[in-house]
Amino acid sequence: MIELRDVAYSYGGGELFSGLSLVLAPGSFHFLTGPSGAGKTTLLKLCYGDLVPTAGEVALFGETTRGMARDGLALTRRRIGVVHQDCQFLDHLSVAENVALPLSVAGRRAEAEAYLPDLMAWVGLNRQAGRRPPELSGGERQRAALARAVIMSPDVIIADEPTGNIDWEMSQRLLALLVELNRMGKAVLIATHDLNLIRAAKAQVAARTLRLKGRQLMMAGAEL
Amino acid sequence: MSRLLAQILDLLAGDVQADRTVPPTGFTARLTIFTAAAMALLAVFALAFSLSTGRLAERWSEELARTATLRISAPPEQMAAQRRAALELLATTPGIAEARALDAEETQALLTPWFGPDLPLEQLPIPQLIEIVEDRPGYDATGLRARLQAEVPGAVLDDHTRWREPLVAAAARLRLLGWLAMALIGGAMAAMITLAAQSALSANAQVIRVLRLIGARDAYIARAFVRRFTLRALWGAASGTTLGAAILLVLPGGAADAGFLGGFGLAGGQWLWLLPIPPLAAAVAFTATRAAARRTLERQS
Repeated sequence: MIELRDVAYSYGGGELFSGLSLVLAPGSFHFLTGPSGAGKTTLLKLCYGDLVPTAGEVALFGETTRGMARDGLALTRRRIGVVHQDCQFLDHLSVAENVALPLSVAGRRAEAEAYLPDLMAWVGLNRQAGRRPPELSGGERQRAALARAVIMSPDVIIADEPTGNIDWEMSQRLLALLVELNRMGKAVLIATHDLNLIRAAKAQVAARTLRLKGRQLMMAGAEL
Repeated sequence: MSRLLAQILDLLAGDVQADRTVPPTGFTARLTIFTAAAMALLAVFALAFSLSTGRLAERWSEELARTATLRISAPPEQMAAQRRAALELLATTPGIAEARALDAEETQALLTPWFGPDLPLEQLPIPQLIEIVEDRPGYDATGLRARLQAEVPGAVLDDHTRWREPLVAAAARLRLLGWLAMALIGGAMAAMITLAAQSALSANAQVIRVLRLIGARDAYIARAFVRRFTLRALWGAASGTTLGAAILLVLPGGAADAGFLGGFGLAGGQWLWLLPIPPLAAAVAFTATRAAARRTLERQS
């Protein structure tokens, strides 16, 4: 579904990483770790077409992102649910409106009536549906972001530090949701520093851990 | 054009949820509404000016074309005979409805603005003037001049051509000026709305980024801005047009049959010309905002 082939990315005159290859197949579960500044967020952005590699190719559902028309990229992004580190909400809309936004932009707003109550219940935010995003706690925002990421029933879920600002109990709830999505056949890629989260996930699913360090991507050791 | 109209109608039908994705921005909203209202007000005046001068040109052309003046310069002892001969000749000329010799008082009245009221008319060699009113389709001026030369040697026919043509040409130029003003108003409004739209698009760069990340196409993003600016221009222009019409109605001597300045305004069916101003302003806003949105989205990609 998502394939990176010999990818390099340079930023500000320096090369962030190079010769990087990765395949996200249906039903796969990957963690991406590495020190701060190693390029984890950049790698995720390459995976959902927000950035184009300086060398190599990124193919999203068989189509390379280089030279992809903006409208074509928009349609591809509807198949990739992303939970951003800072959630990226529109603060003047309610939580429910934010969650339903992907359906609105896809011209499928009417479907929100059917999906939204169950989805909000699934992430435990029924009571917060009418509130504005700034009124939510960190964990609630992350769960709302996850609900928005999955409302289009995407093939791939990408999450950038989804448990960065929430407590252990809340991160376990979030992980449970992601594991449930993976069991439904969705490919999951999570960038995180949280080793406990990785260990907890490995107890539930066959997750692979990738480590981005020294401009290279490698499989993490058995200690994870 | 019909595609543009269909897009505008589709836009007016709207999508409330899509509209809500862009937060309202007070500054650009007020600027757009004020600009559209001011430009529509000016457009009403430019339209009234253009249509008034059009009416004036027609009236001058019509009135001066249907009248002529015969001037008889002769020694005093021959004046009465030449006047009689001229009147008889004019009475038998096809195409002349009426010919009337101006009496001394009327001649005095004509000269008073130039020489004052105490002009000793009887002591001056004032020519005899005969006012001619044409019939339709008019008389043969060349033939009449030939007959006058033979029968009334002191008569000179002035068919007003040398007055009428420059006046009508001047009125036509004024009318053109009115239409030019309308075009400039449209252009200025497009420029102002483009600036306001660009400002709104820049202020909402983060909203645009979020919408793109969740799969919004450019058309969806542009539409939210275009609809907002089109509707603002429509309401602003409707207000400005209404205000302009009200001012024209209360202008003193606004009747169409009054003199040149008093005739400034709209007459009868010409009021209908005001109706297209708000939709035209909306069309200008639609086109300007769509172009601005496309450029900005291209730049922000």
